[in-house]
Amino acid sequence: MANRALDGVGGFLDDRFRGAKSFRTLFKKIFPDHWTFLLGEIALYCFIILLLTGTFLTFFFQPSMTDVIYHGSYTHLDGIRMSEAYASTLNISFDVRGGLLMRQIHHWAADLFMAAIFAHMLRIFFTGAYRKPREVNWLIGIVLLTLGMLEGLFGYSLPDDLLSGAGLRILEGVMQSIPIVGTYLAFFLFGGAFPGHLIIPRLYILHVLLIPGLILALITAHLFIMFHQKHTQMPGKGRTDKNVVGAPLYPYFMAKTGAFFFFTFAALALASTFAQINPVWLYGPYTPVAMSAGSQPDFYMGMLEGALRVMVPWEWNVAGHTFSFNVFLPALLPLGIIFTAAALWPFIEQWITGDKREHHVNDRPRNAPTRTALGMAVITFYGVLWLEGANDIIADHLNIALYTTTRIAQVSMFVAPVLAYIITKRICLGLQRKDLHLLEHGVETGIIRQMPSGEFIEITRPVSEEEQAKLAFPARPPGLPAPDSADENGIPAPGTRGAIGKVRARLNTILTESVELPGSNGHTNGHGADGSGQAQDEPEHAAVPAGGVPDGSQEIAPGAGQADSGSSGDDAPDQ
Amino acid sequence: MSETNGHGELPDETPDETPAGPHRVIGTPPPAEARTLLGGREPDGDRPAPRELPADPADLRKAKVAERLVAACFIVAMLAGIGFIAAYIGLEVHSVDAVLRSNLALGTSLSVAFLGLAFGATIWVRHLMPEVEITEARKPLASPAEDRAAFAETFTEGADASQFAKRPLLRRTLIAATLPIAVAPIVLLRDMGPLPGTSLRHTVWRKGLRLVEDVSNTPIRPADFSSPGGMITVIPEGYQDDDDALAKAATIIIKFAPGELQHPTVLNWTVDGIVAYSKICTHVGCPVSLYEQTTHHILCPCHQSTFNAPKGAQVIFGPAARPLPQLPITTDAEGYLVAQSDFHEPVGPSFWERG
Ligand code: HEM
Ligand code: FES
Repeated sequence: MANRALDGVGGFLDDRFRGAKSFRTLFKKIFPDHWTFLLGEIALYCFIILLLTGTFLTFFFQPSMTDVIYHGSYTHLDGIRMSEAYASTLNISFDVRGGLLMRQIHHWAADLFMAAIFAHMLRIFFTGAYRKPREVNWLIGIVLLTLGMLEGLFGYSLPDDLLSGAGLRILEGVMQSIPIVGTYLAFFLFGGAFPGHLIIPRLYILHVLLIPGLILALITAHLFIMFHQKHTQMPGKGRTDKNVVGAPLYPYFMAKTGAFFFFTFAALALASTFAQINPVWLYGPYTPVAMSAGSQPDFYMGMLEGALRVMVPWEWNVAGHTFSFNVFLPALLPLGIIFTAAALWPFIEQWITGDKREHHVNDRPRNAPTRTALGMAVITFYGVLWLEGANDIIADHLNIALYTTTRIAQVSMFVAPVLAYIITKRICLGLQRKDLHLLEHGVETGIIRQMPSGEFIEITRPVSEEEQAKLAFPARPPGLPAPDSADENGIPAPGTRGAIGKVRARLNTILTESVELPGSNGHTNGHGADGSGQAQDEPEHAAVPAGGVPDGSQEIAPGAGQADSGSSGDDAPDQ
Repeated sequence: MSETNGHGELPDETPDETPAGPHRVIGTPPPAEARTLLGGREPDGDRPAPRELPADPADLRKAKVAERLVAACFIVAMLAGIGFIAAYIGLEVHSVDAVLRSNLALGTSLSVAFLGLAFGATIWVRHLMPEVEITEARKPLASPAEDRAAFAETFTEGADASQFAKRPLLRRTLIAATLPIAVAPIVLLRDMGPLPGTSLRHTVWRKGLRLVEDVSNTPIRPADFSSPGGMITVIPEGYQDDDDALAKAATIIIKFAPGELQHPTVLNWTVDGIVAYSKICTHVGCPVSLYEQTTHHILCPCHQSTFNAPKGAQVIFGPAARPLPQLPITTDAEGYLVAQSDFHEPVGPSFWERG
């Protein structure tokens, strides 16, 4: 009977659209599996949930700043002057059945959306999944993150409560600080002096139409590209840059991802049932005269808030004009630099390593120590400013003087990232040495045996094929030719000539610093000869025997190989 | 609901579970299959294509248990869904308590419904669908060289036929024609708002305008202060409903004991130790609303700029770069506090034209 339905419906459609072949290909598409691949899906499902709940909210929300006197169900605010926007938000919360639930799901979904995008992006970065051919999707992701931040900011400004009004006031102040055009920008956005009567309707149309439209278009492009290029996969047995290993879309991935959509929705519904979010009725309507202490923006804005707080009062007056460095520098610079650097990174890395190959098997973060360390440094910088964005609350809870928290942040925003870089790099190199040890000596089984000589030894077993494939996936990007290498005619290798070439060679040494693991099977299957041009191994890492494990072999005898893997390391933090 | 399975995570093939299904490499198929995949010839009836997915899971007994479990999850989801509708119909809102009750009922039933579906579907995939791992070859993403060459040829032919390359006059005038139109949308935005002019330099404060307490809107006599103390928010009389005016004119007054007020506070602008400062923070414009009586520090809650109240509200900490402007005040004939004039400098955040 399934076939009758197939013939009927499928036949009807195929008669008109000729889809049998393409849909067969679609259904058979292979999706690799790894839990971190779910992060992007969470973001996608949150967006769908935002569309659904947001549409519900539009049926009741009034994006108007016209003054009304409130006489609704929330009696604490009875008789108070407020904007229609705020009154309708109270109405959604107290007089529309399910309205509060939808508002809360919408807000929780917005937070989860942003959190998932951040986490997704970090996953892509730390596993090197942005590398060729996926640079364009990486760029789309950064634009999506930016749009998400704007969309969220505009969204939580809509209810026009005391908290969101303060957020808008800050937005206006920041815009005004921009040299030359700032005042005009602010006046055009707000339709005159702050607050005016236009900002809520304007933000509304941006929030419900323009930005969601852009996000939808970009998500579509993002998914199409992903679909066309196929997922990356984590290193493992039989996985190479030339294949993709997993289960087909139909029925496996469809069912899994459907389940995951339900999990996401359930988690948001649970949060919205038991954890109150943005209780705007407690804040009261916006008035430019009042402000409550301890107010916080949504978490994805916290870093900007912290940047404003940490800045020193630096302002210039030159020839009748004011440079408010204290405002526009922290508002634009830290996030601007991070996003720009993130956008350029795939290309910078490509230039430094000279690696123009396609990559479909991800790096384990430890196997790219410098990249991982850089990422951790940026996270730390962001984290310090993010915490500073809540410094009053931290000071309160930890009983530290308020000003002390800011001074700590002022120092640690420079020091902590450097420390994070150094520590992360050491940890990565240490983990790599551990992997090397495993590959060479096998896995310790915990079984102790006494030798005839009376000596005790621990029995080890060789790493399994699966472990071997995972551990030994190529650890280092292909190197440039050494800076001073020359071919037989004495001509230096291209790309390393001149001052820029020297810088590039130096950066390359730093970026490719790594413990070399033997037996990079999967790697050599995938690539031609260009992968092996690594002439400039740093001497301290050269202790690994060149022919340690032949390509593709799985057997490593216990105790075989190098006598002491520690000899390959300078100052391994572990072992 | 499903203590045996699921645990809320999606299946994640553990390496030691031996795949029950076939391991087929699609990239290197037997010749017969290659034709189907590459040549697009559908398998014909007399010789069916070999199965790629097994029809049944490895362990049929376990599958039976899983089936019951999945059905149970789905039944729970269905009941919860009915519960949701019942809660919608049965529970009124219109008061805080009622709303919280309704939210609890609707939210719980919705959560359970989705959890039921989620766990059901997860158990289904993990324990009822036969496990497979399929390896598919990737094609190189770049087109073959001949395809590129052919495209380049087509493109060049088209470009030649269009005469675009050959006739620079057309090319240049076309570009010239589109430029103004491209700028037009930006020009159209001009009427989004008025030009700032000098509006940021003034507030509604003027000579003789009374200071009234915010919220109660009552005028203030110096004698109403029994002793030095806290900070009071005042607004210009008659502007209590004008947010645009208040966004610049909101003011604070603090009474000091004789001799406490010092330079650079302008003493001529104070009455009986009462000083008035703009309430709008000079950083990015939050209302400064915290006052510490012992230290006489005014604190902005937004980014913690701290102003020294007895000394002209100078900045002693935080990102604000300028003191809060002082409002000159005096008393009128009836003895109420009034402004002597507007602020003598722009209030609030800095802006480019401020100087
Ligand atoms: C990525 C997408 C989105 C994000 C991050 C987002 C975020 C937010 C946030 C944080 C709020 C404040 C909610 C509150 O606590 O009251 C909000 C309000 C609102 N959103 Fe969205 N939203 C998104 C998409 C949408 C869409 C697509 C629509 C409509 C089609 C929509 C309609 C609304 C409405 C009407 C409100 C005001 C209602 C209220 O505050 O009660 N949103 N949004
Ligand atoms: S607005 Fe007052 S410190 Fe930023």
